Amino acid sequence: MDTKYLFKRHNTYWVKVAVPQNLRKELGFDLRRSLKTHELSIAQKLRDAVVEEFKSKIFAAKDGLNKKNGKGSVKTFMPVTDTSNPQYYHKVVDCQYACPAHTPVPEYIRKIAQQEYTEAYMINWESNVFPGILGRTCDRPCEPACRRTRTHEKPVAICRLKRVAADYRDDVSHLLPKAPDNTNGKKIALIGGGPASLTVARDLLVIGYECTLFEKDHKAGGLMRTNIPSFRLPVEVLDEEVDQILDMGLKTKFNSEIISMKDFLKEDFDAVFVGTGAPKGRDLNIEGRKEASKNIHIGIDFLTSIAFEHINSIGKKVIVLGGGNTAMDCCRSSLRLGAEDVKVVVRSPFSQMKASEWEIEDTMEENIPIFENHVPKKFLHSNGKLSGMEFQKVEALFDDEGNRSLVPTDEEPVIMECDDVLVAIGQDNSFEWIERDIGIEFGEWDMPVVNSTTFQSTHPKIFFGGDAAWGPENIIWAAAHGHQAAISIHKFCHNEDINDRPEPGTNLISQKMGLHEWSYDNDISQAKRFLVPKTDQSISLKSLKVEVEKGFDEKLAMEEAQRCLNCDVQTVFSESLCIECDACVDICPTDCINFMFNGPEDEIRKNVRIPALNIEQDLLVSKILPTKRTMFKDEDVCLHCGLCAERCPTGAWDMQTFLYEEAKVY
Amino acid sequence: MTYILKPVNHHPNLEKNKLGLTRRDYEGTISTLCAGCGHDSISAAIIEACYDLSLSSDQIAKLSGIGCSSKSPSYFLNQAHAFNSVHGRMPSVATGANLGNQNLLYLGVSGDGDTASIGIGQFMHAARRQLNITYFVENNGTYGLTKGQFSATNDQESKSKYGEDNLFAPIDLAAMAIQLGAGFVGRSFSGDRNQLVPLIKAAMKFKGFALLDIISPCVAFNNHDGSTKSYDHIREHNLSVSNLDFVPLGKEIKADYKEGEQIDVPLHDGALLSLEKLSKDYDPLDKKQAIMKLNEAEKEGKVLTGLLYINPEVKDHTEILNISDTPLNQLSEKELCPGSKNLDSVNSSLN
Repeated sequence: MDTKYLFKRHNTYWVKVAVPQNLRKELGFDLRRSLKTHELSIAQKLRDAVVEEFKSKIFAAKDGLNKKNGKGSVKTFMPVTDTSNPQYYHKVVDCQYACPAHTPVPEYIRKIAQQEYTEAYMINWESNVFPGILGRTCDRPCEPACRRTRTHEKPVAICRLKRVAADYRDDVSHLLPKAPDNTNGKKIALIGGGPASLTVARDLLVIGYECTLFEKDHKAGGLMRTNIPSFRLPVEVLDEEVDQILDMGLKTKFNSEIISMKDFLKEDFDAVFVGTGAPKGRDLNIEGRKEASKNIHIGIDFLTSIAFEHINSIGKKVIVLGGGNTAMDCCRSSLRLGAEDVKVVVRSPFSQMKASEWEIEDTMEENIPIFENHVPKKFLHSNGKLSGMEFQKVEALFDDEGNRSLVPTDEEPVIMECDDVLVAIGQDNSFEWIERDIGIEFGEWDMPVVNSTTFQSTHPKIFFGGDAAWGPENIIWAAAHGHQAAISIHKFCHNEDINDRPEPGTNLISQKMGLHEWSYDNDISQAKRFLVPKTDQSISLKSLKVEVEKGFDEKLAMEEAQRCLNCDVQTVFSESLCIECDACVDICPTDCINFMFNGPEDEIRKNVRIPALNIEQDLLVSKILPTKRTMFKDEDVCLHCGLCAERCPTGAWDMQTFLYEEAKVY
Repeated sequence: MTYILKPVNHHPNLEKNKLGLTRRDYEGTISTLCAGCGHDSISAAIIEACYDLSLSSDQIAKLSGIGCSSKSPSYFLNQAHAFNSVHGRMPSVATGANLGNQNLLYLGVSGDGDTASIGIGQFMHAARRQLNITYFVENNGTYGLTKGQFSATNDQESKSKYGEDNLFAPIDLAAMAIQLGAGFVGRSFSGDRNQLVPLIKAAMKFKGFALLDIISPCVAFNNHDGSTKSYDHIREHNLSVSNLDFVPLGKEIKADYKEGEQIDVPLHDGALLSLEKLSKDYDPLDKKQAIMKLNEAEKEGKVLTGLLYINPEVKDHTEILNISDTPLNQLSEKELCPGSKNLDSVNSSLN
């Protein structure tokens, strides 16, 4: 699969081009842009233009730099790494860097290993607001980023460990910040009661804002409540974490759907945050849709109806259309509602299904068959009742440019009998309620134009976040958006420049305790990723409310936590102390450390002990040493075992914990 | 001291040699020597040399005496045979082992105390007899295990860590070995891996007595400003006589040296040592000159390094003694007992 320059953030493909180290002051660590597509083939097609654009930007910056330094074609040298830039060490903590909310993952995993669950929970709560919920439902961008994947192992079960913190913690109510007695007089409206709005509310309430939440349903939680079945996320867990925020003094207006933004703006609010998600499920308008409509349901509406207990049964034979996470939830819910024969039918090949790997696994464990390469042709019906579906079998073919097309095979159409069909083929935003003449500009795909840093729309008073801003993502993105939007709203309300973003908090502390003792456990666990225990299917399949995953017990959690490589414990190098004995070079188990003469980055990357081919990962470059050599450390597969520091006679290497805290409004 | 085991995890792109082994497969247990000890660098160089030559550990025997240096065989080639002998008596054990099985590669690891003091007699005779061994002297000029007294190789002008003067002149083990007839004498510095690794490879391939006198700074007791065996001092006073390229049999010669400055020395098994002379008037095949240059360098306070002397013509002791090629434990009654017919013919020849 050709995914060069591409990465997947939730289900959307993005282009990312790393920026050479000497240009980072100017351009940042990498250039990235969403391709706004779920399809690899489309992403591959769109990729090249964006990559070219990024590259020319980098070349232009390089030229500018060379001119500034009076260099023409003079041989370039790798610049000394500026470790005072908080992003350098942050990037070494792969999981935290990959997390949209930048939760300090290794920090809380160590707390779990020490059985300090409450503290682990609070670290999470500070950063991602919903640890118990995310510990069960997060899309886990951190896990594919885990360094263990680069040493050919499975990632640490970060998400499961987060749940452990939530499961075993003590009461935290006394630790949560309280809203001050008097408000600061500023009133904020939050439209939509999902994770984005709740995060904004939490951040702004504690610094004295008066926040009012408008939600169309009778309870807050948004898609966390309506679209995630209870067997994955128990209602009690959801309620507790949502109530933590409501109880801070959030004013709520339930059952109040906003139908006109124009009218709404007449109300007395200093700023408005729109976190209405992507609530409209896509329909499938093929032959027979109208006639059989009684038994054809939109996936997310179906899940909502289950969540609010509006339905409690379904036909015996159910077909679920679609290969995303909603489809997985739909088929598993159907099984629990009493369906006996549930099938998932996908247009694309199995390997290109959009659902998270683990959700597909869970579905298959419940013996739900997934049919790939079946394109729905018509709904079959008799006497106004759905009787089955007809599919055309296809084959996914790729042309030279990597464009995928689903080409019908000459096989006979496939008929599948069914009583109900659930359509879970994607969801869209719905902004019919926002008039187009009130100053909110709408752009591509009828989405509002939103600044990706400030989350401000073209109407200065109105901010967007969560799925409402850029289409369907995951809860963790909504939380990250919420924090940033809160900062913007605060600055906006105080007439400050909202483009001037606060710096993250950082702290670098030596872990040295004795001659060769560290205050972190530097022994590398050889254990394989532990599986999470599950409820027996004879029980779990009978109820919508019995949670399938039991979560790690304390012992398993401890062992899984030990697998964490402590990537936030940084290898900090002091040139002035180094006597160049090369002991660190010899001891390093993964051959990361090199002493050699400086040169251009591509030459250095080629000539280090083991070529540093992963350009996404930086080289730590020292100042020049007495023998005119430079120390280069490839951050790629460093195990953070601290042996370089243990074998260093002068303490030129030290292991220092780097805590990076994303700026928040309070 | 390091309390954890070196993680078995290695770089996913770590290369493998002809035997399908990675460099990590040639390691030993984690070192218990002081952090930054030169001896650990030498162990790493031995590992690299054995890996590069695709040597099989079961064909190697590590022999050592007593001292920091003599602990170090634990830290490399943990699949090889090993014997940690009595202080200064490693050459005797090596001689016995060599007589029993001349097919193994013998790596003798010793220090300046073990070799130049208590074991000097053994060392001299091993060199004189052309014992087939690669003899490493991990030379730090100090008795590290007993807290830093001067050893017999410490230069006279080199003070102790506590400022005391050294009253006696040093022994130059390289010059001594050349004089005693050793066929291969090299000197190097633990901190110069580029020079050390080819030198070790060549020494291991040399049949006969190969001495490698390796200056190996003692970070705990002899790496201070007044020392002449510190990292800084050696780097400033290192005078390399040649660049060495070891070319195993069947490999193309890659080194491209200027004409007239190159000497190619064929080894016993057909491998080639390709030397680039760094000083015009130094000839490593000239015994008399080698000794002279060593003396000159010493007077100037320089440390002469590289391949100092090589005599490819030399015969090792098993050849001189005409010892059976087959290891003793593989000789059966058939070979050991010639039978009455042969005995009769021997007896009759004595009449």
